[in-house]
Amino acid sequence: MSENLTAAQRVAVARHPQRPNITDYLNALFTDFFEQKGDRLCGEDAAILGGVALYHGRPVTVIGTRKGKTLEENLQCNFGMPNPEGYRKALRLMKQAEKFRRPVLTFIDTSGAYPGLEAEARGQGEAIARNLMEMSRLTVPVIAVITGEGNSGGALALGVANRVLMQENAVYAILSPEGFASILWKDSSRHGEACDLMKLTAPDLLGMQVIDDIIPEPEGGAHLAPVIAMRQVDQAISRHLAELTKESGAALAAERYQKFRKMGAAAPQKEDS
Amino acid sequence: MNSIFAKRRARLLAMKAIRDNYIPGDKLVTCPHCQQESEKKLVAQGLSVCPKCGYHFPIGAYYRLSTILDPGTFHELNEKLPAADPLAFPGYPEKLSAAQRKTGLTEAAVTAVGAIGGRKCVVGVLDNRFLMGSMSAAVGEKITLAIEYATKNKLPLILFAASGGARMQEGILSLMQMAKTSAALARFSEKGLLYISVLTDPTTGGVTASFASLGDIILAEPGALIGFAGPRVIQQTIGETLPEGFQRAEYQEEHGFVDAVVPRDQMRETLARLLRLHEKGGRP
Repeated sequence: MSENLTAAQRVAVARHPQRPNITDYLNALFTDFFEQKGDRLCGEDAAILGGVALYHGRPVTVIGTRKGKTLEENLQCNFGMPNPEGYRKALRLMKQAEKFRRPVLTFIDTSGAYPGLEAEARGQGEAIARNLMEMSRLTVPVIAVITGEGNSGGALALGVANRVLMQENAVYAILSPEGFASILWKDSSRHGEACDLMKLTAPDLLGMQVIDDIIPEPEGGAHLAPVIAMRQVDQAISRHLAELTKESGAALAAERYQKFRKMGAAAPQKEDS
Repeated sequence: MNSIFAKRRARLLAMKAIRDNYIPGDKLVTCPHCQQESEKKLVAQGLSVCPKCGYHFPIGAYYRLSTILDPGTFHELNEKLPAADPLAFPGYPEKLSAAQRKTGLTEAAVTAVGAIGGRKCVVGVLDNRFLMGSMSAAVGEKITLAIEYATKNKLPLILFAASGGARMQEGILSLMQMAKTSAALARFSEKGLLYISVLTDPTTGGVTASFASLGDIILAEPGALIGFAGPRVIQQTIGETLPEGFQRAEYQEEHGFVDAVVPRDQMRETLARLLRLHEKGGRP
């Protein structure tokens, strides 16, 4: 594991433009990727990339948010902020994975669902809600990897998984530290302070049992040695997938339900009030 | 014996409802929508709806329950479920106790078993006066317990949403309540039971993106703001002025996300009718 970074430093590393992204992972970890586009309702959303591929020779459904690395790519995929079509496409692919008994692997790196007029008109809230509900009862293994920043319901909509894994310097939060500071203190410049209070780092979240495992990164962050970082992600996914593959579909859905059911369940603290 | 308890329950709810329906100011109240003044008494008697323009004032949870439940059927669930401070967030315990003092509630949700038009059901209400009805772990837990109670007892479920979204001070655990409540609804739905979601002003953020959007039937109060992102954030993002009526209940109805916009004075009757229409579907 690398040196101890502050929460704010981890946010910066998590957002580093050269950090391995969904396209890199597809190239490094998977073979024979066939991209599937569209939600079959009204559109296609490039902010979410998905399809079927072979993972160590085994068919899986891969879905990930896509930010892009160059400005041109950023613009094409809306800086990784999905519209409802993206979430509905993701749901379509997950239901298909269930039909064909393939595991679902999701890669999460998004500053959040897109807060746009059209996104609202087409039911951003409904799309996310539907994913949460349907993901909770999938009868195939679901593994989510948070590789960068995982913000808000826009990240959770791909994150209701049997195992939620986080790279060491990734962050996972209710929203961006800037947004948090802006809502709470009406001052987005206090985002550094927000980082410390939000408990958004992988060690914090493992302690709260919001995530299940931390994937180590090369010294200084995944962007400094992407090949090694991706191999570490590969090893973690393989290990967890091997465990989940032994379970029945019903057991997978039940285990996933219980995992989220316990979060924030009637105060584990003092019970006298 | 039953009737004595029923009377006591009716009195209890009536008392809490009176406290909830308190409208500040002297004799007159100004409608924030049409800016006209009305007699306070008239507004209170009319279910807190502006007599001039029909604007629906926000109302407290117990008062809401008193306007829809059959008298004497109210029985609160998990009333004592405590608020929590899972991140030990600076200043949050003080905020919680201030909200508790202001509203008389322990948290932003009240859940109950009762009857509407003689049909037993589970009803949950978010109270916007308590930290904007935001979704804390306790709110998520209370709603989930209500869903589980309805599932176990094969009862229809009605949830009134009113929320500014996530409870910032509880961070990621607030976010996780979205998954928890949605997952509980999946299990509820698998039993063939009816869930009616009622969206009231405002329903936004994590509540919109979870249980509020998952009703078999979705109703909304007139003029209620309903959306995932708030209008201010959207305006900042796109740099344009938002169209008139954007994200209001009527807009959501037009865009396919609400079955019907129902004024407050017709809510009880509408719910009773829907429960009646689904009576057979209530049994697996």
